[in-house]
Amino acid sequence: MVSVVAPETSPASAIAAVSAMPAKKSESQDLNFFYGELQALKSISMPLYEKKVTALIGPSGCGKSTYLRCFNRMHDLYPGNRYEGRIMLYPDNTNLLDPGVDPIEVRMRISMVFQKPNPFPKSIYENVAYGLRVRGERKRALLDEKVEEALRNAALWDEVKNRLDQLAFNLSGGQQQRLCIARALATDPEILLFDEPTSALDPIATASIEELIAELKQKITIFIVTHNMQQAARVSDYTAYMYLGELIEFDVTDKIFIKPANKQTEDYITGRFG
Amino acid sequence: MGEAVKVREIRAMIAARKRWDFAFGVVGMLALMVGVLTFAALFVEMIVEGAPRLSWDFFTQFPSRKPDQAGILSAWVGSTLVMLVTAATAVPLGVGAGVYLEEYAPRNWITDLIEINVTNLAGVPSIVYGLLALGLFVYGFGLGQSILTAGLTLGLLILPVVIVATREAIRSIPAAIREGAYALGATKWQTTADHILPYSLAGIMTGIIIGMARAIGETAPVITIGALTFIAFLPQAPLTGDPPAGLLDWVMSPFTVMPIQMFNWTSRPEAAFHQNAAAAGLVLVVMTLSMNALAIYIRYRLRRNIKW
Repeated sequence: MVSVVAPETSPASAIAAVSAMPAKKSESQDLNFFYGELQALKSISMPLYEKKVTALIGPSGCGKSTYLRCFNRMHDLYPGNRYEGRIMLYPDNTNLLDPGVDPIEVRMRISMVFQKPNPFPKSIYENVAYGLRVRGERKRALLDEKVEEALRNAALWDEVKNRLDQLAFNLSGGQQQRLCIARALATDPEILLFDEPTSALDPIATASIEELIAELKQKITIFIVTHNMQQAARVSDYTAYMYLGELIEFDVTDKIFIKPANKQTEDYITGRFG
Repeated sequence: MGEAVKVREIRAMIAARKRWDFAFGVVGMLALMVGVLTFAALFVEMIVEGAPRLSWDFFTQFPSRKPDQAGILSAWVGSTLVMLVTAATAVPLGVGAGVYLEEYAPRNWITDLIEINVTNLAGVPSIVYGLLALGLFVYGFGLGQSILTAGLTLGLLILPVVIVATREAIRSIPAAIREGAYALGATKWQTTADHILPYSLAGIMTGIIIGMARAIGETAPVITIGALTFIAFLPQAPLTGDPPAGLLDWVMSPFTVMPIQMFNWTSRPEAAFHQNAAAAGLVLVVMTLSMNALAIYIRYRLRRNIKW
């Protein structure tokens, strides 16, 4: 089972086919993670390419979300969690997991969209503006501008522009999730993390979120955990398959879905397992 | 043919099991009625006996040796002022401690120990708080038998109620909301001030008001610290003394409170005073019930915008 494809070589060969070499935005290096005594991630090494969508697939409990949540140091909120190894952020070569790096700094650079839409019980406007308010922004004109831009980028502006002061809970599930995306975009993050963003949504809302992801990757690096293999195939440029806390294979999405190098990946993709 | 027999058997079996549904319904109803009817009987008797005594004069006159001239002016003013001090003490301390325990305190054995003790404090008999206050506030700090002493004592008494209510209210906020705030780069204090406190306000307010409703009816600790039973003058009205120190003159004033006034009247031999006691009791119960009603209303208002 330890036929982990070396992430350095595999994407390189795949990239040869694509011919243009995208820059690395981030790279996990020998990442281990522990919930107390329990090791949830085992020696994960893989890159995230700039302005590309990287999907993370694998069966329930394989550590996908755990891995994603390392990128904004969410695990720091709870006691007993421990990281080992590094997650480098480029171009400034910051190790996100360095104890000297404040998790707040990490979260100001890397935004996250959660599994279930989690708008605050505030107005639509205040939801989107909150990230800027946290940074001490008080100029109304600038807030207005940023809120509109973020809502436009999240393809929600036209639906809500006349009711920005209404409660976010009055929106439908899909709209709420796009609101959460707008909230995450308002602060101009370098990476956007998605933790199964469509698992609580109906197929139409799911399609609109997927469309949005395809739009967003022109501006931002995206890392998405998904339960849904078809979704990974549809939205991502690169795909990583995880099993039991280990990275089994990482490659260009087409290669993973058409001709995976690893037997385990193939079994999972073809539905023989998982 | 076989099916018909089977259906009949199934129906008989369901009927047999459902008899227990009915049996428990009856037992539960009886249990409920014992409490409700007892309270209703007491309340009705109090209304019958006390209501004729209720008049404007009853609220605006000091106690007197003549039962038909005696009123509850000093008592309700005393209760109101003591409650002000109680709220001013218990709210910031209780909410602060609750937020700290829930959001800030590290998870270790010291925190566990504090939590267990806070919960236990809620069960300490109120007379014990009275004794503590007598030693600490009256003699230790030299605050005398004043409104301040009574307010601080009752504040301590309901502190655990406020702390527990605050923690419960905070715990009912989903982790996803808290994580959503942190994920945007908020600090602990920003998360607390912008999200945790506003969203838990309904529960916190309910806890405060229920605590206050308990405090307003407390007698034992207030007698222990030496509240007067007969008082024919009012404290200096709040914020009317010579500033700056004079503004707080009222807190050092002697006082009485509603339950003590009632107790005083009940212990008199004349039946007319017993009527006064019933009327005062009626006022006290209405005060308590209105506080509870206010708690329900506030909860409804504040929770309207929150769905989880």
